[in-house]
Amino acid sequence: MFRFTQKKCGLSEFGGRFTLLFNAWRKHTQPTAAVLPSRSLIPVRKANFRGLSLPDNPSLRGLYSRTPKADVQVMAGEELPGVLILDVGGTHGVLENLVALLKKHFHVITLKEFRENKEEMRKKIQSVFVFENRPTIDRELLESLPNLKVIGNSGVGVDHLDLKMISNFGVKVTNTPHAVADSTADIGMALMLASARRLVEGCQIAVSPDTKYFAVNWLGVEVTKATLGIIGMGNIGYKVAQRAKAFDMRILYHNRNRRKEEEEAVGAHYCEKMEDLLQQSDFVMLVVNLTPETHKLIGKKELGLMKPTATLINISRGAIVDQDALVEALQNKVIRAAALDVTYPEPLPRDHPFLKLNNIIITPHIGTATVQAIRMMTEEAIANILAVLNGKPIPSEVFPK
Amino acid sequence: MEGQELPYVLIDSIGGKHGVYEDHLEFLKKHFQLITMKEYLENKKFLSENIRAVYMWYHKPVINEGLLQSLPNLKVVASSGVGIDHLDLKLLSSYGVKVSNTPFAVSTDTADFGMALMLASSRRLVEGYQMAVSPNTEYSPADCLGAEVSGATLGIVGMGTIGYKVAERAKAFEMKILYHNRNQRNKEEESAVGAIYCKKIDDLLQQSDFVLLSVSLTPQTHKLIGKRELELMKPTATLINISRGLVVDQDALVEALQNKVIKAAALDVTHPEPLPRDHPLLNMKNVIITPHMASATKKTRRLMMENMTESIEAGLRGLPIPNEVLL
Repeated sequence: MFRFTQKKCGLSEFGGRFTLLFNAWRKHTQPTAAVLPSRSLIPVRKANFRGLSLPDNPSLRGLYSRTPKADVQVMAGEELPGVLILDVGGTHGVLENLVALLKKHFHVITLKEFRENKEEMRKKIQSVFVFENRPTIDRELLESLPNLKVIGNSGVGVDHLDLKMISNFGVKVTNTPHAVADSTADIGMALMLASARRLVEGCQIAVSPDTKYFAVNWLGVEVTKATLGIIGMGNIGYKVAQRAKAFDMRILYHNRNRRKEEEEAVGAHYCEKMEDLLQQSDFVMLVVNLTPETHKLIGKKELGLMKPTATLINISRGAIVDQDALVEALQNKVIRAAALDVTYPEPLPRDHPFLKLNNIIITPHIGTATVQAIRMMTEEAIANILAVLNGKPIPSEVFPK
Repeated sequence: MEGQELPYVLIDSIGGKHGVYEDHLEFLKKHFQLITMKEYLENKKFLSENIRAVYMWYHKPVINEGLLQSLPNLKVVASSGVGIDHLDLKLLSSYGVKVSNTPFAVSTDTADFGMALMLASSRRLVEGYQMAVSPNTEYSPADCLGAEVSGATLGIVGMGTIGYKVAERAKAFEMKILYHNRNQRNKEEESAVGAIYCKKIDDLLQQSDFVLLSVSLTPQTHKLIGKRELELMKPTATLINISRGLVVDQDALVEALQNKVIKAAALDVTHPEPLPRDHPLLNMKNVIITPHMASATKKTRRLMMENMTESIEAGLRGLPIPNEVLL
């Protein structure tokens, strides 16, 4: 795994212009309203998902009518560029409705089709659409695709990709930071609330055949006015902070870099030392990328620094937490509870000690598992792939360090 | 109060699953002489004259005419929580007994819990948890595809203290907020949370992705949500109830869920509580039920206890009662 830096999109001028074009393209191809990436320069309220159109903004009309057909290489008689996917449907394949989106711009080739007809297919494949970490991009695959230009990842995490190796083949990698932000922030909040208020346990009591009456002394802990420590205040972490603010939470954050403007907007306090954040927080939420630096970021020492009444919430990657240390901490009540959308591996082996604890909630990596987010991720990946294939500025390229 | 005895206050019991919390006793005993129902029954003659207040913790002790008749000096009943649908206010008034509740203590926790239910339901958290820990490991996140809360439309039925706090929280999720209330709130309050008033509940029901009930139970709100209202809701909508079970026509709700008239429900309250173990709601995948725990945090329960103490003391001194419930 190699460190990567992400080219920022949205604050620079071209990024802003791309955003406008991206949304114009989306509005052109989709009946639902365009959804703006979080750092858009467009001063309009974000459209909601119910198909309401954006407010009529005269300054945008010209742009919207300038549908970027030139960006889409669909000229009469010419074949669409090939995109490789694992499969259509099935347990790990791309959802069928998303394949339909891909087919508008690409000749979709499944791994099976590729393997059965390598000679014909290998030259057609210019891109790979990686969905839920599949297909695996290994040296063998890269060597067999001479015209491969880009790997478009669905999702923001790219820790499953060997960026250096891919780069050595002259292939670009893109991810989808904008599409994932809201839904992942929502899941962070959902897990925090569910854990604090013992929602899952409560459900079990409510439906258990043994329940005769509800006890009144069965209590959880408060979220409103508690202290939330956000480790990693990027796109997603910032959206978490925005939501937490409405719950009157005291917000601390630890980040590689201080974000003064955003701090003020959500009333967050910067903790240069992660230790300070750990010692003061009632809820510690992990929202970092997985890199060699963040691997096992939270271990025995860090858990020991946390309050015994604190809850750890992980919406990043499982490997950021030393899982064995967490098991011990939960068993010995070093911390109160944990709520994990991510583990290592996923899923956990069925005899893993996590599954026996009663002060843990685990969800099966559903941070972006909404109908809307999955669609947006596909659209963002498609836009990125097309940008590469058409030699246009790439909104979300990721580079090896 | 030197030389003076502390006032006698009737409670149901101490500790266990239903009694007054043991860690509240220290505080209570500084203000009152607590008499449990058991002690009262063992010494009725003496105690009935002296009991001047009832500390009603989670609907116990039950107050009926018989009890009122045998407590001639009863002045105040302090009830925990905000709901007072379990009290016969007319009856109590006829005996000259004042009543108090704890509306503000419960408001933030209840609003938080409303949000928790909405998020858990929409993101299929409970189902996801079951998948994550079940013996069968063959699943993918696509099996647990939920719907976005961010950017969706929330319709709040009943925008009192609790409803308004829900709106404040929902706003941060960039939700479009509609509300229906007996009275429209003023412009500042509306614009602070970006809430749009729906004079007709039908308009709210037709447009909302999430319908959240935060009304008090009164004769007017009894079965407020029935077959007609459920049919007005979107087939992709979720009903969230943090008020009282009887605000919803439960049989109509079961039918609506079975026939996919609405998508899902998340209920902290039902009628009765708990539901009979063979009730259809307990088996539905698209239903979350929690055991009436919206105000169940240590801090809030303690605050409730302190509020109730204050109300009783004021009542016994003939002073204006904080949180008095008027007929």
